[in-house]
Amino acid sequence: MALLKSSKLISRIGTFSTSVGAVSSRNNSWWAEVQMGPPDPILGVTEAFKKDTNPKKMNLGVGAYRDDQGKPFVLTCVRKAEALIASKQLDKEYLAIGGLGDFTKSCAQLALGGDSEVLKSGRSVTVQTISGTGSLRIGANFLSRFHSASRDVYLPTPSWGNHTPIFRDAGMQLKAYRYYDPATCGFDFNGALDDISKMPEKSVVLLHACAHNPTGVDPRLEQWKEMADLLKKKDLLVFFDMAYQGFASGDIDRDAWAVRYFIEQGHNIVLSQSFAKNMGLYGERVGGLTLVCKDAEEAKRVESQLKILIRPIYSNPPMNGARIATTILNTPDIYKIWLEEVHHMANRIIKMREQLAASLKSEGSTRNWQHVTDQIGMFCFTGLKPEQVERLTKEFSVYMTKDGRISMAGITSGNVGYLAHGIHAVTNASSANCISLLKLPDNTNIGEAGQKCGDCYLTLHPLKMN
Amino acid sequence: MALLKSSKIISTVGVYPSLGALSIRASSWWSEVQMGPPDPILGVSEAYKRDTNPKKINLGVGAYRDDQGKPFVLSCVRKAEAQIASKKMDKEYLAIGGLGDFNKACAKLALGDDNEVIKSGRNITVQTISGTGSLRIGANFLSRFHTEARDVYLPKPSWGNHTPIFRDAGMQLKAYTYYDPKTCGFDFQGALNDISKIPAKSVIMLHACAHNPTGVDPRPDQWKEIAELVKKRNLLVFFDMAYQGFASGDIDRDAWAVRYFIEQGHNILLSQSFAKNMGLYGERVGGFTVVCQDAEEAKRVESQLKILIRPIYSNPPMNGARIAATILNTPDLYKEWLGEVHGMANRIITMRELLVANLKKEGSTKNWQHVIDQIGMFCFTGLKPDQVERLTKEFSVYMTKDGRISMAGVTSANVGYLAQGIHTVTK
Repeated sequence: MALLKSSKLISRIGTFSTSVGAVSSRNNSWWAEVQMGPPDPILGVTEAFKKDTNPKKMNLGVGAYRDDQGKPFVLTCVRKAEALIASKQLDKEYLAIGGLGDFTKSCAQLALGGDSEVLKSGRSVTVQTISGTGSLRIGANFLSRFHSASRDVYLPTPSWGNHTPIFRDAGMQLKAYRYYDPATCGFDFNGALDDISKMPEKSVVLLHACAHNPTGVDPRLEQWKEMADLLKKKDLLVFFDMAYQGFASGDIDRDAWAVRYFIEQGHNIVLSQSFAKNMGLYGERVGGLTLVCKDAEEAKRVESQLKILIRPIYSNPPMNGARIATTILNTPDIYKIWLEEVHHMANRIIKMREQLAASLKSEGSTRNWQHVTDQIGMFCFTGLKPEQVERLTKEFSVYMTKDGRISMAGITSGNVGYLAHGIHAVTNASSANCISLLKLPDNTNIGEAGQKCGDCYLTLHPLKMN
Repeated sequence: MALLKSSKIISTVGVYPSLGALSIRASSWWSEVQMGPPDPILGVSEAYKRDTNPKKINLGVGAYRDDQGKPFVLSCVRKAEAQIASKKMDKEYLAIGGLGDFNKACAKLALGDDNEVIKSGRNITVQTISGTGSLRIGANFLSRFHTEARDVYLPKPSWGNHTPIFRDAGMQLKAYTYYDPKTCGFDFQGALNDISKIPAKSVIMLHACAHNPTGVDPRPDQWKEIAELVKKRNLLVFFDMAYQGFASGDIDRDAWAVRYFIEQGHNILLSQSFAKNMGLYGERVGGFTVVCQDAEEAKRVESQLKILIRPIYSNPPMNGARIAATILNTPDLYKEWLGEVHGMANRIITMRELLVANLKKEGSTKNWQHVIDQIGMFCFTGLKPDQVERLTKEFSVYMTKDGRISMAGVTSANVGYLAQGIHTVTK
């Protein structure tokens, strides 16, 4: 190929003078040192799924809602909003840098509540963003530029994988606080409080408002209250990520409770919202970023700087999704339909959780699967280990992320049985060979035999393995 | 207001042990954040909106207007939208790099159908958030991977937003001579002079056609010399093509410089926008292309572009890309689009001619040849800041301080008034 290129160039030398250098330029490369990067851990799952030819394959990777036929679901309220918009034959002029005004107002109202004192006093600024990711990144960039008091952002362990590069690429330092307890598949409340109590003041703490991703484990109300109190005492900057409002419990006000409580308690929060899941607007990229300020004057200053930050990233946000969301939020009939549809989506997820737990029982699994029904939202942190995940994918064509997270949205009444079968197969403790049954002394060298029992990874101390 | 808030908190003290709440409510994370200046270009529209003079004209932002001064949604766009709506497509996430059918068509539009680069698969094209998003991804990519140089050379002057785009991405801004205020034309010798001194491997930004803000483009013979000199200096070329089709009315002609450079062996970076030529402004449709040494390198570059994009916005907005892809890939619509782009470019050219004719009629003895010579949506009038201020204050004609006017805002109905105003402040 290089030779063909060279000869093509050489034949032109007669036409254009002094271009002997052309050959070396063509073979010069600007990007010789650029390494092949790894595929995205979440989006890469879907790519692998697409390549699989097994008719029973399941995609439990990315968190995109599916109906009970496993099909993508475009909400009725969205179609109605689109029809309304199309009938108006609106133009396609640029939105403002901060986006569609009617959208940002409704977006803030949805999160904070219609009677929010913050909104009445005008002491917040909300800008339209490129869905949740775009919102988090603008927030991260803003912190990097203006929160000089601290570079540290504390993420719960674990958190959504993309949080890390978002804050890191924006110039912040990533730290962590305990959150998930693998022993209970639940919330490590005391661990979280302990870690929060040690955070340097003015650090940024990221909280998932509801339906924690990837674990599905949310604090209870009393736990949220204690956290709010401690975070305030420690003078920490709270950054809420709310990607699932309405999707967690089926009720948009209930899902926004923590956000509203924190604000009432005096936290001037940063808040990211996404409409990808709760309105099914995934690819339209609809989201919002809100900064709750001291007063309206501060909000104006912050707004001016947000615009200066946004303009050299993408100038102004995409219009279509924002118009749809605004229409839904501001048209009472359509808004009502939306609330029902969100409720319906959340309910189907809850039903799948119940069916999965029940199917695992009928497969004969003796493990504790309580967490499958306790956890909230689109995802379930199964507790599966990487090796078990790998088997599930290789032997059953069930695709999920390595951390054991499954998207409940990808489960249907049609495939839940098959899934339960696969999960049981890879987690079933083998009988007599099971290490846990042998009652070996503490420092026994276990070696190869110990590796085979998937169940025991949960209970054996890792150091005991060779 | 603060007292009301205080009393509300105090009344809840019994319920929650939150005496500290009072001080937190009044405390602020953002007290050091200064009020920033309004955007120089977008700020013009805001001032225009506030003006009550019925004769006001907005010549600020570069958005096409029809001869009634109204925003124009292309017919091919409406047809594409109807087609898309009828398919009742889902709203699933696009890939990180965007809609495949769009990327392919976008690259073909710029490079030409039968381009060797596309055939050999040695380009990577990703869908971006219009031109700005494309430039920023490119800037971020340079910042991360073009370690041999931090310098980006912009023409003097350039689009105002280029500077913060590259600066916020971590690059250093430099400049090369471009516009000659004496001739209101291209300072070719000045440009060659400056380019000959640019250190090897620096990045040089070139406007592919319809230079913004001046409207002054190099001639083909001048482009050839620039291409050769840039190659000798071993510079990394970054083309910004925001007006393909809009400059001359012919999409191939407007892409000539881009294609020529590639033929000459430049492995360029290229930003494309469909804001103007398809009127898709607020839909945010654009593309970013890296021409690589071979397909293997293109794969490596693609993987890194995805890693860069994912923590900025995950994946791009679908609607505009679907519209653009439909237009580019449906022969009837594509044909109609070419006709409409031609029509828009022609109206601009007509307005240029009318403006000059009217200025002459007003009795202006100045040389307004540049108004006709300049290409694309903008005209660098040559007006000084104080003249611009007068034009705005006395005639309610809104434009940017550098004397740039958007020809798209000129109509057969207001061109006379505009000429009157310009003549008054320049005689």
